[in-house]
Formats: sequence, C-alpha cells, structure tokens
Amino acid sequence: MPVSWKKTQDLVAYVNARLLDPASGLDEPGGVLTDGEEIVDFGPSLHSGSVPDGVRSVDCGGHCLCPGLVDMRVQLRDPGEDHKGTLISTGQAATAGGVTSLVCLPNTNPVIDDMSIVEFIARRARMLGLAKVYPYGAITKGLEGGQLAEMGLLAESGAVAFTDGKKSIADAQIMRRALAYSSIFPLLIVEHAEEPTLGGGSMNAGETATRMGLSGIPREAEIIMVERDIRLVEMTGGRLHFAHISTSGAVEVIRAAKARGLPITCDTAPPYFALNEMEVLDYRTFAKLSPPLRSETDRLAIIEGLKDGTIDAIASDHSPQDEDTKRLPFPQAAFGGVGLETLLPVSLSLVQNGDMELLDVLKLITSAPADLMGLSAGRLEKSAAADLMVFDPENIWKVDANSLRSIAKNSPFDERPVQGRVLRTVVDGRTVFEDGD
Amino acid sequence: MKNSPSDVKYPHRHLLAIEGLSAQEISHLLEVADSYVEQNRQADKKKSLLRGRTVINLFFEDSTRTRTSFELAGKRLGADVINMAVATSSVKKGETLIDTAMTLNAMHPDILVCRHNASGAVKLLSEKMNCAVINAGDGMHAHPTQALLDALTIRRRRGNLAGLTVAICGDILHSRVARSNIWLLTTMGATVRLVAPKTLIPGGVQGMGVEVFYDMAEGLKDADIVMMLRLQTERMHGGYFPSVREYFHFFGLDYEKLACAKPDALIMHPGPMNRGVEIDSMVADDFGRSVIREQVEMGVAVRMACIDILTRNMADADTRSL
Repeated sequence: MPVSWKKTQDLVAYVNARLLDPASGLDEPGGVLTDGEEIVDFGPSLHSGSVPDGVRSVDCGGHCLCPGLVDMRVQLRDPGEDHKGTLISTGQAATAGGVTSLVCLPNTNPVIDDMSIVEFIARRARMLGLAKVYPYGAITKGLEGGQLAEMGLLAESGAVAFTDGKKSIADAQIMRRALAYSSIFPLLIVEHAEEPTLGGGSMNAGETATRMGLSGIPREAEIIMVERDIRLVEMTGGRLHFAHISTSGAVEVIRAAKARGLPITCDTAPPYFALNEMEVLDYRTFAKLSPPLRSETDRLAIIEGLKDGTIDAIASDHSPQDEDTKRLPFPQAAFGGVGLETLLPVSLSLVQNGDMELLDVLKLITSAPADLMGLSAGRLEKSAAADLMVFDPENIWKVDANSLRSIAKNSPFDERPVQGRVLRTVVDGRTVFEDGD
Repeated sequence: MKNSPSDVKYPHRHLLAIEGLSAQEISHLLEVADSYVEQNRQADKKKSLLRGRTVINLFFEDSTRTRTSFELAGKRLGADVINMAVATSSVKKGETLIDTAMTLNAMHPDILVCRHNASGAVKLLSEKMNCAVINAGDGMHAHPTQALLDALTIRRRRGNLAGLTVAICGDILHSRVARSNIWLLTTMGATVRLVAPKTLIPGGVQGMGVEVFYDMAEGLKDADIVMMLRLQTERMHGGYFPSVREYFHFFGLDYEKLACAKPDALIMHPGPMNRGVEIDSMVADDFGRSVIREQVEMGVAVRMACIDILTRNMADADTRSL
C-alpha cells in the first residue's frame, strides 16, 4: 500500500441495484458509494433519490451488485507457458467472469517456490490492474514432493497458502512434516487429493471407462488420500484444505472429520456439481479433467456437501490448455478446463435448480474463499477495496469457447446454455470489464 | 446388389466399432463376408469391383496379420493398397495424427484402415478424414473386424449366434477384441461369459451384459465356444498375476479345463498366440476343435465385405456431391 495515498474525492455511486452481500446476508435494493479505490458507503437508502453533484453515477439497471468474486484455484501458465495463458489474458478472463481476486497455483515455470517469483508475479499483476493475483507457494521445492520449500519466507513475501498444485504430496512423511512445520506460522496447506499409484488413468474408473477402453482413476484414489491426510492433520495439528473434491466418499470422510472438530476444509469446482463422466463419451478431451468427472451419484453428493456446508468454497479450477495438448487421442490429451468465465453462471445453476439460495451460493465464491485464503476481499464493507461485480441472474446465454477471453479455449461447458451474466466488474473502484465491450 | 450405388443396409460412413450397429447391420456384413469366402478359395481370387479405388493401411502399432489381411482384402477387390507403417515412438504428438490425416486427405484415398495404440484415436482421425475409415484396433477400445470375423467363423460352424454360450477367457482388461466381441455377441443374442483373474477384469464390465467368472471350470461349463485371448504384456505395467506358470495353471486352456465345456465346443484365439501361457499347444493345434486358422481365413473375407460395403456408400456420397 503506498504510504502517500490520500483522498482524491473521486466519488462514484452505483445506484439502482439489488444489493447482495453474502457475508452479512444483505439482500435489498440499494447502492454502493466508492471513493477512489475504497467503498465509503452502501445500503438501501443510498441515493435512492438523486445523486448529489460531484458524484459520478453508475446505474445498475436493477441488476445484482455484489462483492467481486474470489477464485482460490487458478493456473496462470505465466511465466513459462504463455502460449496457453498470460497474466493479461487470465486477468481479462477473470474480470469477464466477475472475478476480482484470484489465487494462482505455483505450477508456473519457474515454480513459485522462491520469494523472488512471488514478488515477480505480484508486481506484474499489480501493474496490469486487472484481477488481483495472490500466489500460492509450493510446499516442496520444484513441486517434486521431496524437500520442503521455504514456506515461512514465501509467506512473508506474500504467498497466501501452500500447495503442490496439481500434484498430491505422495510421501506421507513429507506431508506429515509439511503440516507440522506449517502449523507453527500457521499456514494453510492445500492438497490435490489423489493417491498417485492409483491415478494414472484418464477418466473415472467404472463401466463407462471399461466400455470406452480407457484406464480408470478410481474414486478411492481421492478418498484414500483424504483419509491419510486427515490422520496426518490429527497427528500434527496442521491446517489442511482439500482442493476440487469430486467424490461422495471424500465428502463423507471430510464431513466426519469436521464433525470431530478437525481444522479441515475443502472446495470443489463447477464441473463436479454440474457435469458427470458421461461428458467424456465420444472421447471429448475438453471434459478430461483432474480429478476426472465422476458418476451421477458423486455429482449429487457434491451438491449435498455444498448444501450442508461440508464443502466450504467453489473455485473455478481454471486450467488452460491449448490445441496441441487437447486435440489428441483421449489417453494422450492433457487434463484440465478453463473456468474463470463460467464460474458464476455454473455456480448459479445451484440456485436455478432449487438446491441453494442465491446468497449461499455467492458466499461460496466470495467471502468463503477469501476467508480461507486470509484475504480482505469478498465482502461489502466501509473502507474495503471497491472490488465489485454487477450481474444479471436471469440472462441466459450459450457458452462459446471461441468467444472466451482466455487464450485457451478448453471449456468443459462449451456450447452449453447457462444462466447468469456478468455485466460489470470493478477493481479498486475502476471498471475493468463491462458486458458488450 | 454389388453394383448398387448405396448400401442402405449399412447406413454408416465408417466402421469404427461394433457399438452402434444393429443386429441387422451385423448380419448384413456377415452375409456379404460369407459370399467372399468361396471366392477366396478359387484359383482366381481377384475381382475388379474396386478398380481405381485406393485403400491406405495406416498402422501406428505393429501388426502383421491384421495389416496383411486388410491388404489382401483390398487387393482381391481390385483396389490399390498402400501400407504406411508409422512407428509408435515417433507419434507422441497428436498434431502428428491430425497432420497425418491432412496429408492423407490430400492423396484422396477412398478407404483408410487405421490402427492406433490409444483408445479413441481412430475416431478422432475419422473426424478429420474425407474418406471412409475402418478401425483396425484402437487401444483397448474396439477391433470391430476381429469381432466380425469371429462371428463369421462361429456362424459358419454353428449356423447361428443366438442362443450360444461363449466364454471369453484371459486378459479382458486390455483387450479391444473382447470389448468388440461382447458388443457383437450380446447384440446377436449369444450369452457371453468372461473368465479371468480379477486383476484382468475391467471394472463395471457386468454392465455390458456379461457374466463374470474367476474360475475356468465354472466359466467354461457347457460353453459352446471357448475364446482365448492373448496376454497383452506390452500393455501391462506392474504385476497383474504372480507368474506365467501360475497363470497357466489356473487360466491357461488345456484339455482338463476344456473338458468342462460342451464336448463339441470350438476353440478360438485372435492370435498371435502365446503357447503355454494362455493356451496349451496341443489344444491350439487340435484340428477337431480349434478353428484358429479358420479365423484367419474369415478375416480376409470380412475385411473384403467391410471395404466393399463402405465404398458402396461412398459412391452414393459422390453422386450427391455432384
């Protein structure tokens, strides 16, 4: 934060909105007043009549105004693989999706296992002024699962949590030490739960994989790793979060661990509550994800987990891939799908299908992930950063991979109709996205 | 019938899998194939039906018998046949597959016969090709012409497929032959049993309408057909069973186990055989029981039928495009 920051009296009033703040449960007509980079006031009575002189007015047209989305799992590809994604394209995809803060995985090249990389990414993202980028630090050096990275120093330089990204910590002894060591600071460890020796396949194990002649990744690969890690949390007292949970078994185990009072949390990603393994029929590589899309039973269990609070957040799991890595025979194609631009509408399908209330779903993509990552974001508060999003929950549109802002077009939701459209995204008081641009 | 411009009895552009074919379509393929068996036994085996047509054999995986069988089939129909062998190792990148498709399109083949080690690869290729594509085996997914030639062999011996009990034994997990046979045989009304150690049975396979056995005596009991599969050690990473000796003891086909099947049960194997691993040499060579060589003969007839039928449809497409 610049020391010489001073009030410039740059007042903007966002009026004529349905004001939504999931953290406080606010849902009523109203507006938000910002001054420069900050929210100075908000509420139902704000400028319900006319906006005073000297205040710029933005008419929200009666649409929803809420905190900008917080996405706790995004792969940047920059530095290292900028043909798949750059900070600019990812930032534009994020703001087009209403995301104002994102946390990026350390699987860049070089890996975020050194303070200088944390600072490098943070500085470049700040200069772009699109979505705010917060890096994860690596748990192990080079994401190799061996020696611990300098987690304490990485945290001091700005890493908000720790993960080896797409890789599980295979070695239980290393995970034990990572949890024990990180607990003294304390830091959050985020695990991609998949026992690697049971992985190795290219889709969910079961009848569909058998029919298609594809090697399967059994649900147990996820469940076993979740179970192991829960024991290690009990043993060490570390804080652990499981990323993109995809199976009913993992939801059950995490539910039970939470009931025992363990410091365990988890998230899931839209594909796991909106799609199932039938998407890969016809060898559709855009639906080849890690973890793989599971059965319908699993999908329904994920929704139950979201409803009862076992699952704490939804992350886009944005994983850009290019044609060269996706237009391949299925077993050889890369895992992953882009998700920033479909995070909101697919999450809102939970509301449209009658599973959850609007504020509860919004919480999973705003204040809940912000709290998990320790970010002061995702809520409407006086003097908080003016990170806002205006959306129309009724607008129906069809996902078209080619019109995504992301360089990579590998959306598992390509050609699907969705409901809910981002109309405006505001970061630090600046409109960085407006629908129709 | 042979000269009809289109084949409404087989209304598909490609032959990629047995899945999706109706019993009538399968029967039609088998009937046409049957008509070629006699021709192949004559001194003059060659027809000029497909004169001017080009068949390209594109094999990304080593193959001797399937490639040769397709080559003979194409040549006996009078087509020009080109063999392209591509070492698997040089095809790590999929652009190569798609690029290859683009290159081949420019050569205007009429039929592309393709084998690839990745499931779904031939379908991917077919989406890029302007010609008809025959799947000669993709990964662990499908090998439709093998299932058809097995069916033709059985049909010629037993008259009908419906009502028969077929025991498919061995490495089901890695076998595209097994998967295509399961589709074909269940579609035609046969009862299919799978017999293998649990480690070689793919998960959820019961959903394909088969019974699963882990004991040869039980699985072979009163079977009409015993179909042995090759152990695909090249696809095996890590031990699926302790040793070949133990595998043969429990799952290799010898006379003792064969005695559980019907007295006139036929023995089949898609080849190449691992003698003494999945099948005893004596059993394999038993003229009275083993139809393994006949399968190879039927292979040529079946592939002639497939090429013939697909080109009939193509003539139709050409006319429409004019």
